[in-house]
Amino acid sequence: MSSLTEQFKRSLVIAEKNIKIYYSKGPVIIFGLVFPLFLALAYVIGRNIPLKEVLPGLIGMTTFFTATSVGPSIVPWETRSKTLERLLCCPVALWTIIVGDMLSSFIFGLIISIIPLALTLFLGIQLLNFMMLLLGLIIANLCFAALSVLLSAYPPTDIPATSMMLSSLVKFPLVFISGVFVPVEQLPEWGTVIASTSPLTYFTDMVRQLFINNGFYPLVLDFLALIAFTTAFAFAAIKLHEKTLAKRLS
Amino acid sequence: MEYAIAVQELTKHYEDVTAVNHISFEVEKGEIFGFLGPNGAGKTTTIRILTGLIKPDGGKAFVAGYDVLKNPIVAKQHVGVVPEVSNAYVDLTARENLALIGKLYGVPSQKLRENATSLLKEFGLYEVKDKLVRVFSKGMKQRLLLCMALVNDPEVLFLDEPTSGLDVESARLLREKITRYNKDRKTVFLSTHNMEEANQLCHRIAIINHGRIAAIDTPENLRAQSMELQYIEVAFNKIVNTQEFSENPGIAKAVPAGNKVHIYTADPSSVIAFLVEYAKKNNLRILSLNTMMPSLEDVFLKLIRGKEAVIQ
Repeated sequence: MSSLTEQFKRSLVIAEKNIKIYYSKGPVIIFGLVFPLFLALAYVIGRNIPLKEVLPGLIGMTTFFTATSVGPSIVPWETRSKTLERLLCCPVALWTIIVGDMLSSFIFGLIISIIPLALTLFLGIQLLNFMMLLLGLIIANLCFAALSVLLSAYPPTDIPATSMMLSSLVKFPLVFISGVFVPVEQLPEWGTVIASTSPLTYFTDMVRQLFINNGFYPLVLDFLALIAFTTAFAFAAIKLHEKTLAKRLS
Repeated sequence: MEYAIAVQELTKHYEDVTAVNHISFEVEKGEIFGFLGPNGAGKTTTIRILTGLIKPDGGKAFVAGYDVLKNPIVAKQHVGVVPEVSNAYVDLTARENLALIGKLYGVPSQKLRENATSLLKEFGLYEVKDKLVRVFSKGMKQRLLLCMALVNDPEVLFLDEPTSGLDVESARLLREKITRYNKDRKTVFLSTHNMEEANQLCHRIAIINHGRIAAIDTPENLRAQSMELQYIEVAFNKIVNTQEFSENPGIAKAVPAGNKVHIYTADPSSVIAFLVEYAKKNNLRILSLNTMMPSLEDVFLKLIRGKEAVIQ
C-alpha cells in the first residue's frame, strides 16, 4: 500500500532525477544564475547605500529568481520529450510528481540564495536573528518553488521557452511591486495595497527587518503570509496540473 | 475465476467524441491478449484508463484484481507499461533510467540492482549501461523501455504498439522477449497494428472499432468465422475474362490480382472442378491453384469496413 510517506519518498526520487537533468539546462542557468547575477550587479553598482541596506533587496531578488527558475520548465520539457506519460505510468500520484518538481526547484533556490547569506556572514554584518533568517529563507524558497510549478501548469504547453517567457511576465512585475527596489513603507498607499498581493513583499520585508530592524509588517505576519502563499500555490499547482493533464497527454 | 484484467461497460468521451463506448472484456491470467483496431478506434484510450493515466466517464476496470478507478496507485504497482507515446530520459544513462523507475515502484535497492543487471544483459544493453540514452538507436531505446516496464517484475504487462517503427531484427527480439515473459504465466496486453504480430503472439484478440468491441476470439476462430472470405487463387497461362466466372452461382466474386485471379467462394471443391473444366473447354493451362484461408488482416478489414472492403 502506497502510503503518504511512500509517495513523499517517491517525490524525492523525482526531485533527484530533476536535479540530474534540469539544473544544467540552458534556460535554468540563464534565468536562475546569469540573470539574477547581472540584475544584482545593476542593483548594487553605483548606488551610494550602505551594504547592510542593499543586501535585503539583493537576497530577496536572488532567492526569487533562482527558486523560480527550474519549476516552469520541467513539466513542459517532460511533455515534449514524452517522459511525462512514462512517469505517470508508475505508481505515483500526480501530486507526487508536482511535489518532486517543487523540491528540485526549492533545492536549487536554497543553494544559490545561501551565497548572499554567506557573503553577509563573511563581511561580518550583524543580524538580528540568523536562525530566523535561515528559516525565512527556507519558507521563501518553498513558496517561490511552488509558484514556479504553478506557472508551468497553464497553458499546458510542451515548449519550455513559452513557459519560461510566460513565467517571466509574472515574475518581473512582482519584483517591481514587492519592495525590492523601494521599501514598502516608502510606497504610496495604493502601492502598499498592490505590494501586499505579492509573496516576495513579505520575504523582502522580513529580511529587511532582520538586517536593519525596519519593516512594514510585523515579522510574524511576514512568516504567516509566506506560509499561506506556499500552501495556496502548492494546492493551486496540483489542481491546475490535474485539470490540464489530459491535454498534455493528448 | 480471477482475471488479470476485467473491464465492464467502460466509457470515455472527449467533448463530442466517444472514444470508448461501453466496452466489456476479460483477460485471463497468463494470456497474451491482442488489442487491434484502426487509428482512433479507442485502443490507446483503453490502455490509458487501464494503466490509471486517465479516468473513464463510466464503467469499471480491474487490473491484477485491483480496482483501477478506486485504487489506481495500488493497481499500477502490479503492472509494467510501455506507453505508445513514451521515451526514456535521454539525459540519463540506461542504468539510471532503470534505477529511477525501480525506485518509483519501491523496489528494494539490492533487488533493483539484480533486476536491472539481469534485464540489461538479457536485452543486450549491458555493455552500454553507462552511456546516455541520447546516443541510443530507436531499437535500443525501445528495448530499454521494455526493460523499464519489467524492472518491477510486474504481473501484467501493457504494451502499446511496442514494435512500431522498429527494424525487423529489433522487432523480432522484442517479440521473443514478450513470448519468454509470458512463459512465466505473466499476462500481456498488447495493442498493435501489426496483424502478423498479433497472429503470432496472441492467445486471443479483441478488435475495437469506433470505441466498440467488434469481436473477441482466438486468431483461428476469428478466421473460421469469416469463411466467406476464403478464396481460390488460380493462375492460367493466358489472361482470362473474370466476368465469365461471376456467372457461376458458387462464386461470390472473381477479382484479378496480377497474373492471378482471386475467386471468393463458400464451396471451394465445386469451384475447383469448375475451373478445371473451364481450362479444358478454353484450351488453357492452369499454372497454379491454391485454396487460401482468410488472413487475420481480412477478418480485421471485414469487421472494420465490411466484407466488400476485403473482396475488391
